[in-house]
Amino acid sequence: MSAQNNGFSVIGKPFSKPDAVSKVTGRAVYADDMLPARTLHCRILRSPHPHARILSVDTSAARRMPGVHAVITGSDLPIKFGILPVTQDERALEHEKVRYVGDPIAAVAAVDEEIAAAACDAITVEYEVLEPVMSIDEALAETKDERIQDYGGPNNIHKLVALEFGDVDAGFAKAEHIREDVFFFQGNTHLPMEQHSAIATFVDGRVTLWSSTQVVHYVHRALAKVLELPMNRIRVIGAAHGGGFGGKTDPFAHEIIVCKLAMLTGRPVKCTLTREEVFYAHRGRHPVLMWVRTGVKKDGRITAMHFKTALDGGAYGSYGVASTFYTGALQTVTYHIPAYRFEGCRVFTNKPPCGPKRGHGTPQPRFALELHLEKIARDIGIDPVDLKQTNFVKPMTRTVNWLRVTSCGLEECTDRVMTASRYRARQKRSGRGMGFAISSYMSGAGTAIYWNEMPHSEVQIKVDRGGVTAYCGAMDIGQGSDSVLAAIVAEELGLQPPDIRLVTADTDTTPIDLGSYSSRVTFMAGNAALQAARKMRGMLVDAVEAKMGSAEAVTVGAGRIGDFTFEQASILAEARFGTLTSAGSYTPPKIAGPYKGSGVGPSPAYSYSACVVDLDADPRSGIVHLNKVWIAHDVGRAINPLLVEGQVEGSVYMALGEALMEEQAFRKGLHKWPSMLEYKSPTFMDMPEIETFIVETVDPEGPYGAKEAGQGPLLPVIPAVSSAVFDALGVWIDEVPVTPEKIVEALRRKGKGEAPRFGPVRFPSIPYPECIKVEPPDRDGST
Amino acid sequence: MLRLPRFKYLRPNTAREAAHMATEVGPRAMFVAGGTDLFPKLKRRQFEIEALIGLDFLSREVRPGSHETELGAGVTLSAASTDAHLSSQFRGYAEAAGLVSSPPLRNAGTIGGNLCVDTRCNYYDMTYEWRKAIGFCLKKDGTICLVAPSSPRCWAVSSSDTGPMAMALEGVVTLAGADGERELPVAALYRDDGIDYLAKQPSEVVTGLRLPVIEGNQSAYVKLRRRGSIDFPIAGAAVALQLEGDVVRRCRIVLSAVASHPLEARAADEFLTGKTLDEETVREAAEIAAKPAKPLDNADLTHFWRKRMVRVVVEQAIALAATRAGGSAVKLLGQ
Amino acid sequence: MERDVERLVLALDVNGERAELLVPVHKTLLEVLREDMQLTGTKHGCELGECGTCTVLIDGKPELSCLVLPVQVEGRAITTIEGMANGSELHPLQQAFAELGAAQCGYCTPGILLAAKSLIESNEDPTRDEIREALAGNLCRCTGYSKIIEAIELASDRTRRAGGDVQ
Repeated sequence: MSAQNNGFSVIGKPFSKPDAVSKVTGRAVYADDMLPARTLHCRILRSPHPHARILSVDTSAARRMPGVHAVITGSDLPIKFGILPVTQDERALEHEKVRYVGDPIAAVAAVDEEIAAAACDAITVEYEVLEPVMSIDEALAETKDERIQDYGGPNNIHKLVALEFGDVDAGFAKAEHIREDVFFFQGNTHLPMEQHSAIATFVDGRVTLWSSTQVVHYVHRALAKVLELPMNRIRVIGAAHGGGFGGKTDPFAHEIIVCKLAMLTGRPVKCTLTREEVFYAHRGRHPVLMWVRTGVKKDGRITAMHFKTALDGGAYGSYGVASTFYTGALQTVTYHIPAYRFEGCRVFTNKPPCGPKRGHGTPQPRFALELHLEKIARDIGIDPVDLKQTNFVKPMTRTVNWLRVTSCGLEECTDRVMTASRYRARQKRSGRGMGFAISSYMSGAGTAIYWNEMPHSEVQIKVDRGGVTAYCGAMDIGQGSDSVLAAIVAEELGLQPPDIRLVTADTDTTPIDLGSYSSRVTFMAGNAALQAARKMRGMLVDAVEAKMGSAEAVTVGAGRIGDFTFEQASILAEARFGTLTSAGSYTPPKIAGPYKGSGVGPSPAYSYSACVVDLDADPRSGIVHLNKVWIAHDVGRAINPLLVEGQVEGSVYMALGEALMEEQAFRKGLHKWPSMLEYKSPTFMDMPEIETFIVETVDPEGPYGAKEAGQGPLLPVIPAVSSAVFDALGVWIDEVPVTPEKIVEALRRKGKGEAPRFGPVRFPSIPYPECIKVEPPDRDGST
Repeated sequence: MLRLPRFKYLRPNTAREAAHMATEVGPRAMFVAGGTDLFPKLKRRQFEIEALIGLDFLSREVRPGSHETELGAGVTLSAASTDAHLSSQFRGYAEAAGLVSSPPLRNAGTIGGNLCVDTRCNYYDMTYEWRKAIGFCLKKDGTICLVAPSSPRCWAVSSSDTGPMAMALEGVVTLAGADGERELPVAALYRDDGIDYLAKQPSEVVTGLRLPVIEGNQSAYVKLRRRGSIDFPIAGAAVALQLEGDVVRRCRIVLSAVASHPLEARAADEFLTGKTLDEETVREAAEIAAKPAKPLDNADLTHFWRKRMVRVVVEQAIALAATRAGGSAVKLLGQ
Repeated sequence: MERDVERLVLALDVNGERAELLVPVHKTLLEVLREDMQLTGTKHGCELGECGTCTVLIDGKPELSCLVLPVQVEGRAITTIEGMANGSELHPLQQAFAELGAAQCGYCTPGILLAAKSLIESNEDPTRDEIREALAGNLCRCTGYSKIIEAIELASDRTRRAGGDVQ
């Protein structure tokens, strides 16, 4: 781990999180821990059919049950909402049509959960059952009964994208070797330990909602729309957060429902989803089928790439349009691809909607791309690591699709894991293998979910004789965003993180931040905090200078400003300027390329990672035993190395789960196993040792040079696992998860002289539109 | 939060009293010891009950003797897995107990409970709402088996780890009924049916397990599951072996999680008896043992793969037991 | 629902304090701790014994409170996360978890801390494999378990050096 402290007193040091003690003592209050007097409990009736028209809903028996205070249905909440302005296709409760098993239909508020559940059971719904659409192929085919959604098309296609950057045909013509591959990445889910929970009150004409959300602001907007209340009548507070990973980034039906029920009953109303319902709320990893064709020169240099994706989106839009673009966006920020064509397609199916999960839309193409390059390298007899390195992007460049690369630690990350793992000197024996892969991820999206010119993050600081308080809408979901704010403000004001009080994720009291997703908080809220803190420091220094009567530079640090303690200085400043407040904000630079769809992919900075996985794969059983994982992550600068390591290790964990066992599978129109027993999340016994290297490239725009750490390190691990299986057994598993049965089947095929692989054999014919042709920027583009 | 249905809770002081209570309440009474299998199923509404009859009085003692070791049915799985006597004399049994689910469950779950653990199926071990959505199955509320719709029977899978091992060790259970006690070889406790999987009367309480001392017997249990913890077996092999040099004198192989009851591999036992253990013999025995195993598509991973893996776990368990019995280590390819 | 609720007066020993409660017999220990005793430090993730989140100690051994009836543990010592610190002084495990960032979202943390407490009370110097085995019933989705293992090692080191008293 390299941590150059460069004179910082806080930045780069491993501080405990501000809420660490409340979390280890059980005192942190999660939404489900709240139980105000007279709380009513809500349960939601959900569809038992994957696809059906609702003919009638009879709630009379439920309403008559003692203890039931309110029953609502779709007609009580008819206004549609959705995270993206272009796909406002969800209702809190459906009264016309259900689109997956688990779609909410009615909700009950009762004195206890038992009665609420019994009342749900007493609601009678008449359906006209429709043919379900359960796969990408079915969604592309002619509709049997009716389409799942009434927009998009043809058939059940939701979104089609086709972009071409540079002259791809000419690029292929220049190639000396061309290869095509097909890959499949199965869907999986976030599985936060905390089941989603929300509790609402309605007092003095105002709705207050406490929720385990990643973005209080988006919930605020959705509530205002569906409840038809001005935003100033609604307050959304982020309760202590029990894990998100992207799964709590959409506004959810239950959040809207408890508010409506609180308004109707005048009592607090709480809804905590059951584990099964969490699987239905989903918004997890899209299953993606991928086809990739790449041309290279003899030395391995890429001349052109054509990448096609088909995403199984589930029943609603969610973030799906963005997800679709993401499956084609970031291929270019790791490898220099001079000509690139991307065609993407998202379809609707009768499954819980997919959305953003850690790495949003990019782990799937990263899996395909890394394995594809491994195969190309073997085709032309080049070491795969060399081939990849030959094509690494360089810092301070623009990619063919106009993405601006600033700092880039790919080389250093690769060196770190290569050296530590002794990959090149690895011992060759059957059944043991090592795999290598790299990746990149965004430090926040350059454009907002809904179009506006406002900052993406805002921070206010208040200083008075009682100390410093920082206010920010960002939600700490366990990753430690509150720590980052405290560290930055403390660093600038010459204090220590415990000296900073934090008020975060409360739409009444904190300025807007667009939330904990897209790896944006350290970069964006961090920059906003830095700006606010520097302004505050300026005022404190001015007041001290005036008092000292000297223009000599006043030093700030160790709890002192010039000759005064921080408290004395704040008294001087308050006397001089009145109430001491400062504000900072961050708006990402306008760096998107000049084409439609360019809003997805640009980020003010990209993180980089490299990974080596060492495993044993048993040829007889196909069972994989992980020996060790080495991972290096270019975080720009580690504001708190302890938390960066935590994010990197957590990413490796989640990646290994996805690589080997996690799977959102369906059978007979239903989620096959919506339980923590059957949805396999790795236990303590299943995790190898992880050796983490933090690489610091000091990004020019990140706060103190920092970039993201929470998502990028997941990406290289999955292809590295599959590559290691090939290294061990000589078979390619071109499909995630890499399960023992797939390995055994691939070995059987190899034994019979067939292609030594397991994976999809074809990519379907998709009616992509004509590509929008985009001139690439100047390669070394002054940015 | 998933919650239990309402029930009354009865607290008998003896097994006989418990059996009386069960007879009185009828089919809507159930016994509870550790509750680790029962409570999840009650929360998922897989059983409809009126009364729970607590078995807190069951003995939690392991009593070694010169002819047999007696385990109270209330011995927890964690106690059984760490008991010094069991670990040395009946190692496979301690091993099987230690491989059940996860540590906190083993602290509550009992060996009696694991012997009687309900058969499992991933069309059945689901919430009421899920089962309603897919259409209820034969085992609860429905009329067909969703795994094998044309079959008249239920194919839920025997999922005990310790049951097969107790069978291989030729154990005997003690049952207490309203009219007195009786003994039953563990092998006779099970029936090949996903619904009526136990041969005991519903009102009979399993009060203990006796494992006979068989001179020179060594045992091993190998469990296949996706993760290193928590999961039920998706195949497993319990082996007890008596060797003279490398020659097999006595052998019992019982498979877990490949049928609705622990599956005795009698043909393999007979094949091995009198043979000298070497790689070839072990392979052949495993092949014979695996033949009757019929995993279906109602547990984790594909049934093709599970079927294939039965041989592998049998080989591993034989090799392990043989090593423990002092035979020359059987080397297996691919291990 | 068709049946009346049977309620029992129970005396539970929770964190060394005796509490007399009138509770429905079918409420699990998890529900009683959280809803009747306001001890919401005990979390829940599945209520089916599949995740380990609701782990509490019963006579010093970890058990899942979602699968225990209070009537079954009357008279036995129940320890929840609220009973782990000594006043405002953190237990060495809590201290180490806080220092090393072993709690990210913190939701699995109470259960894991209690399971770890039980482990180091019976094994003062556990190996990494022993830690993994002891905690194999507790899932965590944030940390990848690394920092948790390091924190348990740190706490057991400190405890051994301090002479072995872990309360």
